[in-house]
Amino acid sequence: MKVPVSWLSEYVDIDIGLDDLAHRLTMAGNEVGSIDRTGWIENVVVGLVINVRQHPDADRLRLVTVDHGNGEAEVVCGAPNVAEGQKIAYASIGAILQDAYSSEPGKTKKLKRSKIRGVVSDGMVCSVRELGIGDDHEGILVLDDHAEVGTPIGEVLGESVLDIELTPNRPDCLGVLGVARDVAAITGNPLKQPEVDFDALGPDIDTLASVEIEDPDLCLRYTLSVIEGVTIGESPKWLKDRLLAIGERPINNIVDITNFVMFEIGQPLHAFDYDKVADHKIIVRRARSGEKLTTLDSKERKLDPDMLLIADPDHGIGLAGVMGGANSEISESTGTVLLESATFEGVNNRRTARTLELSSQATLRFEKSLRSGLAEVGLRRATKLILEIAGGKAASGIIDVNPSAGQELESVRLESSDIPRVLGVEFDRGVVESTLRALGFDLTGDATGWDVLIPYWRPDISISEDLVEEIARIVGYDNIPTTILSGRPPQWQPQPEMDLRQRVTDLMVQAGMRETINYSATTSEGEARVSLDESVAAQIKLRNPISSDFAVMRRTLREGLLMTVARNSRTWRGPIAIFETGRVFLDYGEGLPEERQMATGAFAGPRNDLHWDLSSDTSDFYDAKGAIEFVLTNLGISPVFEPGVDPTFAVGRTAIVRVPAANDAVIGVVGEISEEVLSQFDAEVDRVALFELDLQSVLEIISGSTPYGGGGKFQEFIRVPASHRDLSLIVKSQSTAGEIVEIARRNRIVASATVFDLFEGKGVPEGKKAVAVRLVYQSPKKTLTAEQIGKIEQQILNQLKKELGAELRA
Amino acid sequence: MSEAQPSEAVDQLREAAVSALNSADSSEKLESWRVDFLGRKGRLTALLRGLGSLEIEERKIVGAAANLLRADLDSLYEEREIQAKSSDLPVGSLDVTLPGRKPALGGLHPSTQMIREITQAFNEMGFQTVEGPEVELEKYNFDMLNIPAGHPARDQWDTIWVDSEKHDDVLLRTHTSPMQARVMESNDPPIRVVVPGKCYRYESTDSTHEWHFNQVEGLAVDEGITFADLKGTLYEFARRIFGQSRKVRFRCDFFPFVEPGVDMSIDWNGRWIEILGAGMVHPRVLENSGYDSNKYTGFAFGMGPERISMLRNEITDIRHFFSNDLRFLTQF
Repeated sequence: MKVPVSWLSEYVDIDIGLDDLAHRLTMAGNEVGSIDRTGWIENVVVGLVINVRQHPDADRLRLVTVDHGNGEAEVVCGAPNVAEGQKIAYASIGAILQDAYSSEPGKTKKLKRSKIRGVVSDGMVCSVRELGIGDDHEGILVLDDHAEVGTPIGEVLGESVLDIELTPNRPDCLGVLGVARDVAAITGNPLKQPEVDFDALGPDIDTLASVEIEDPDLCLRYTLSVIEGVTIGESPKWLKDRLLAIGERPINNIVDITNFVMFEIGQPLHAFDYDKVADHKIIVRRARSGEKLTTLDSKERKLDPDMLLIADPDHGIGLAGVMGGANSEISESTGTVLLESATFEGVNNRRTARTLELSSQATLRFEKSLRSGLAEVGLRRATKLILEIAGGKAASGIIDVNPSAGQELESVRLESSDIPRVLGVEFDRGVVESTLRALGFDLTGDATGWDVLIPYWRPDISISEDLVEEIARIVGYDNIPTTILSGRPPQWQPQPEMDLRQRVTDLMVQAGMRETINYSATTSEGEARVSLDESVAAQIKLRNPISSDFAVMRRTLREGLLMTVARNSRTWRGPIAIFETGRVFLDYGEGLPEERQMATGAFAGPRNDLHWDLSSDTSDFYDAKGAIEFVLTNLGISPVFEPGVDPTFAVGRTAIVRVPAANDAVIGVVGEISEEVLSQFDAEVDRVALFELDLQSVLEIISGSTPYGGGGKFQEFIRVPASHRDLSLIVKSQSTAGEIVEIARRNRIVASATVFDLFEGKGVPEGKKAVAVRLVYQSPKKTLTAEQIGKIEQQILNQLKKELGAELRA
Repeated sequence: MSEAQPSEAVDQLREAAVSALNSADSSEKLESWRVDFLGRKGRLTALLRGLGSLEIEERKIVGAAANLLRADLDSLYEEREIQAKSSDLPVGSLDVTLPGRKPALGGLHPSTQMIREITQAFNEMGFQTVEGPEVELEKYNFDMLNIPAGHPARDQWDTIWVDSEKHDDVLLRTHTSPMQARVMESNDPPIRVVVPGKCYRYESTDSTHEWHFNQVEGLAVDEGITFADLKGTLYEFARRIFGQSRKVRFRCDFFPFVEPGVDMSIDWNGRWIEILGAGMVHPRVLENSGYDSNKYTGFAFGMGPERISMLRNEITDIRHFFSNDLRFLTQF
């Protein structure tokens, strides 16, 4: 909302600096985004035209001598309206003016000394457009005769406009008077109300017009006045200036007055040409199905029965509270004005404007559910101004159909105890009363509080807390003390899902991975790239996605993470080791979708940054597996990895993660992405290893353990020394490390079995591989002798031979 | 040197010798310095040889200066030789300048870091962290929060709706505030919670706007909670996140689910920057959740961790947060 300070000053004296005013309005809830100063242009002063002659070489140009208070200047001028004796705005060389010939608004141009058709022009006489205070460029701006020659132009034309970022609860501040009320309360200066009384010299209004409301739920009040014998014409300068200062285009005196009153007190009005309203009868009714109306902007609108229409007995003449109809518009020939000031129901008004994509200044106000009291004030104010400006006679009385009478909340009870209860501080009764009165509230006090009347301009006031806020914002939030919370602390409630996700996130970071947060939405086609299992639940589709790239909610973290890998692979030469812990959205058709927590990690690129001693081999399956082992071990889970199949991953390079201790529950998958899948991501890496953990399944396994994983019971460690021996075996290529370890560990004396070397190729027969295993032997009771160990070792070798055909390597 | 005056030549040689000695950091370099300056064919000897061509008086003066220089250089050399011997490394010493084998460097996303910092500050004031659904019912996101359908206040939250044949009241939550209603609905007072999580808005994106972002909500409800408590709690929070001496401002603002409403800003290089919206829980919100608004009061607040992170870390584009460029992530 633009509020020119000169306009504001009509209703309240402003005796503080503008910056201070802006600050205090902001603190009180009307945030002043900026103060725009117009008309203050350096090197432009009031000048007096002392001589006008014809340019010797151009018919349409004249040579003008200007007295600018500091001497005289000769200026070449093309304006038709320049004349001797005028006070004008004279720009001397160096002034920065609006470029009147540029199509780009706001473009400026520095005035230079120039020759025009052979004559040097020493400055310029300015038009409204060049001064940046309006659009007119037909001729020069002629100033008031009283303007003193040599005065800087800002002192004559300058305006400061407060740009206020209004909150939706304050439609009163969509009128300058509403802002003035806040200023009055802030500064303590009295408010000067605009005049609303007028002389009604015409015939009784009931003999001239009538109103019927068919749908009182949508039209809460309808007031009407009739002014006969008006003269339609241009508005006086003061009125045009007021509208221009807030960016509104003057049209004619009647329309300008209705606009002015709307921006003054916040009530939208509409003027009809009385003679174009059949039977001079207004009917407020719902539009009929298929009914059409051409609105003031010359567009034909198709209406529906949810839209409220202003009609005469024949047809629609206006879209209630949105826009008038073209058929009843005020024109130069209008002699009698039928003036409407009504209260339309907000939700319906807003819906109509939205459906027709027709947002108007009227709707901006009506949608905020104005109080019906404002309608009458607006009607009287506008009628008075019409009589003053356009002449004519007002009919006696007004028509006032008020179906909402008695239905609006009239007052709010404020107990004095409400103030400390909400704010934590007490105020003197005097402070409470003077603050509310300064804002225009009438109140009656008693022993325990006040009955406060709700002013007709404040639809946002309905409960005592609203009044508490009024007091607090005017007294100033700064003047309310600060205390710390006391009282009972709430009971702690377990949050196992969140705790697990945080724990897993921390473990992944400890495992050297970088956390990413990817968009929760994707496209069906994008997600299809990772070939999700067909059994996965349905997708959540979005009705109005922000773009087609985010049309559905994700059901997997794999796609997002692979996109992130791919993007980084083009710019990042070091290791890519990233993860995300987040939600996927699964629709089972009943109620809200399941938001399941998943953890997914990916490895690509070199295993390490370039280093003199560390491998820069490409990351692979075992990097991803190592990370998942690290995470699960820290959670107290012992998983097994079995060859598995998953459509995202390459066959033969994938493992399913199973937990034998939890009924063989499958909790995740790890593997290298298949070539087919990876080729769809435009990644500049040949291999991506990825793992995924279903945190919901993990949670079911670890329930009861602490967030730090330590759920198990302490076991006394064995103090008897252990010994180790290495076995070098030849086994079939397809035999797995897991099988060898499992066979070895069947003997309880074997504390651990670790594969520490693998070799295939020269010296090893075709179809076979060499495997080196370290076995650690430890008895809980006594130190084992070499002989005992040898015996056990032989048993193990026999078993390995029997089951796997393993031989000792020669 | 030949053009310099003989006495100046001695000074120049002193300067050159001392500076070269200082940079002789090994036994080999020290030895070559010795040969260069003090050796039989060294520069000092050469200087002394040149004395023959001088007048006798001058020869005496310069000769004395040159001898003094030799004595000084001898003693400096000896000192340096002892030093060098004691610091010489044994054969097979490590090249300590080679980079170490550093463990892989993981890290939390900057949003997570910020969320944890914020929630921890409130956790220590007795607020427990809880989470809620991102796909939410209109009822919790709007209606129960005193934002009825058709009300212009809804314009503050442009909404992305879920497309479903069965339901037209499912949306992506536009703020974490629905958890106010959910927490109150299923718990009795006292309540002190903070709720971090993702939110979504139907809003075109640019350097300061994302359709997908995080928020941290807070709610405290009990008997006797006041606006003064709200100020005290949020002051304490601001001091923790922005520093003890940070100037903080509370001004009136409007959110439909609070009354009075608050905007808390901090002073940032002389400008007030809004950090969070807050207020006393609106009595209608309390009543909607089944609380007696005559008995209970409370305050609520909400803030954007990405916005705070942008301010503190001077991040110029919010879209960095979800593009996950490692050149961005590894800076935090």
